[in-house]
Amino acid sequence: MMGAFFAVVRRDLALSMGSGGGAGLGVVFFLSVVTVLPFAVGPDLVLLARIGPAILWIGALLASLIGLERLFAADAEDGSLDALTLSAMPLELTAAAKGLAHWIATGLPLVVAAPVLALMLNLEPAAIAAVVLTLLVGTPAVTFLGLVGAAFAGAFRRGGLLIAVLVIPLTIPVLIFAVAATTSAVTGPVPFDTPFRVLLGLALFSVVLGPVAAAAALRAARG
Amino acid sequence: MTGFSIAALTGDKLSCRRGFKPLFRDLDLTARAGRALVVTGPNGAGKSSLLRLLAGLLAPSAGNVRLSGGPEEGGLREHLHYLGHDDAVKGALTVAANLDFWRQVLGPTGSDVEEALDEVGLGGLGRLRASVLSAGQKRRLAIARLLVSQRPIWILDEPTTALDVKAQAQFAAFGRAHLAAGGILVAATHAPLDLGEADELNLSGRAIPLRTEEFDS
Repeated sequence: MMGAFFAVVRRDLALSMGSGGGAGLGVVFFLSVVTVLPFAVGPDLVLLARIGPAILWIGALLASLIGLERLFAADAEDGSLDALTLSAMPLELTAAAKGLAHWIATGLPLVVAAPVLALMLNLEPAAIAAVVLTLLVGTPAVTFLGLVGAAFAGAFRRGGLLIAVLVIPLTIPVLIFAVAATTSAVTGPVPFDTPFRVLLGLALFSVVLGPVAAAAALRAARG
Repeated sequence: MTGFSIAALTGDKLSCRRGFKPLFRDLDLTARAGRALVVTGPNGAGKSSLLRLLAGLLAPSAGNVRLSGGPEEGGLREHLHYLGHDDAVKGALTVAANLDFWRQVLGPTGSDVEEALDEVGLGGLGRLRASVLSAGQKRRLAIARLLVSQRPIWILDEPTTALDVKAQAQFAAFGRAHLAAGGILVAATHAPLDLGEADELNLSGRAIPLRTEEFDS
């Protein structure tokens, strides 16, 4: 069964790397948001440093949603989803494997790009470390929550909009605690640990429940 | 091939409706090991829906599908291959990578990738991107999926679409070999397929006319 799990991860990675879209697109979007922002806010370094973590997180959150609407839809259209459901592997694990591949292809590059972009926003080293750490924990949460929307989009054959409407509200707690953790790392008064542990909890919660909900959505669509 | 232990795939009082349109009602059928069940009927008679229903990809509005005689009663989907209209081939991957993926996902219990490609007449094309294959070649690649993973039940929806005459005959030979090994085979087809002795289920006589009261109920 693990063979099937990693086969799905490998295939989805190969597909998102190979077709030129996926991975690169998210990072470019992230880069554009962060680059454009200082022009809009103006050359106030203190202000930039204060709102920097929030900007990085909003950029990463939206970039994480890119490509999600095709995650199951592409497989539903070419018949792959039918054959995938015939695997001995439960549909929940298939969904989890697709989520993992999607995170490696789009979430992980955001984490890697974040420190470079943070420099552009005049973040101090402690804040950069905190942003990277929260992104490392928080982007999997966003991706796996996004699986639910992706499954609906795949099941109902249209749903770019559905993703935004369904998924963004679910990710608000992740955003709140991630930015709170970064802020407390720099200014206090709460220790970094407190909001960060809540974020860890949210991440574990979504990594487990996201695939279960996604599989339920795919099954329900079978009518 | 070794013999399979599942004796029959049975549908009891199956009913199916798509949207408002009832397709068939109280349909009983049995596909026995070693004997093909060919589903025929005009377009729109519900052949594809019936096959999806047997494969567990669609829930019947009434009735149920069960296996008999196997050691593992229940887990229907792990015992069957479903070959639908779509080939489930990813154009961005190579031919061999496509097939190897399905071998891993469906269980590597059949022939290996090279062997299966040779058998369906795609030998030597393994390293090509699947997007360059013709429609018939993609179909052959989908058929190779039946060979890389051994499963007792084959559910085939118009399996020979886009295949040339020689490939159709070859496909029929795969079907006969599967039946000879004690497999179960259900196929919907318009083209006559030489699967040896076969039962026929004609859906045309069962089509339920669309009446206005169906909308009221």
